[in-house]
Amino acid sequence: MKQSMFEISQEPLSVEDLVAKVTRRECGAIATFIGTVREFTQGKQTLQLEYQAYESMAIKKLQQIGQEVEEKWPGATVAISHRIGLLQISDIAVIIAVSTPHRKAAYEANAYAMERIKEMVPIWKKEYWHDGTKWIGDQAGETPYPLGEPHGGGESHD
Amino acid sequence: MIKVLLFAQLQEESGQNEINLELAPITIKQLKELLIRDYSIRTFDNVMVAVNEEFAQEEEVVKNGDIVAFIPPVSGG
Repeated sequence: MKQSMFEISQEPLSVEDLVAKVTRRECGAIATFIGTVREFTQGKQTLQLEYQAYESMAIKKLQQIGQEVEEKWPGATVAISHRIGLLQISDIAVIIAVSTPHRKAAYEANAYAMERIKEMVPIWKKEYWHDGTKWIGDQAGETPYPLGEPHGGGESHD
Repeated sequence: MIKVLLFAQLQEESGQNEINLELAPITIKQLKELLIRDYSIRTFDNVMVAVNEEFAQEEEVVKNGDIVAFIPPVSGG
């Protein structure tokens, strides 16, 4: 079951599916994050996005994020699905669902999981504009990795 | 044989997503130099490397059967 909690998918994502994966009797809260394709970034119009993943490693890294969350927020259960391929404006690119006994941990764990995805899961997006295309690195486009490895978040297990 | 995987702009620069090379043993640093020389890769600045799906450093030596993936800054989400 663990395997299917973290998926890379060519198909449209379903919030209901993710919520169902983390729903448990002992939980009183489920926080979902839905990442969608934005039309305008700093005034520039996006026509569509293409996502690519190093799938096998991306799934391993999503599983790692799940473990980190469970260590930091005991009792939390995480499911993450990321879509790849060509996406249109407002399509869902990523869904994170976290269930916890109490709500505060669900919000925090969910935000943490998204930050970690942006740091180290091998998924890339290509922007398509009226005047060209570009593979975008780390949103701002300019984070160097002097150690050859991203080192964000707190890896408390190390 | 080493299997080299390229993604995002590295894939576009080289025109390939997978390259198989009979070069082991070789360091990642040497592998980068060769890819720039022979496969039209412009730069590996800010590009991370994973050997067999775990992040690795430039000095690491790659062996026969290893899968080396070059990972540009990620942009999931």
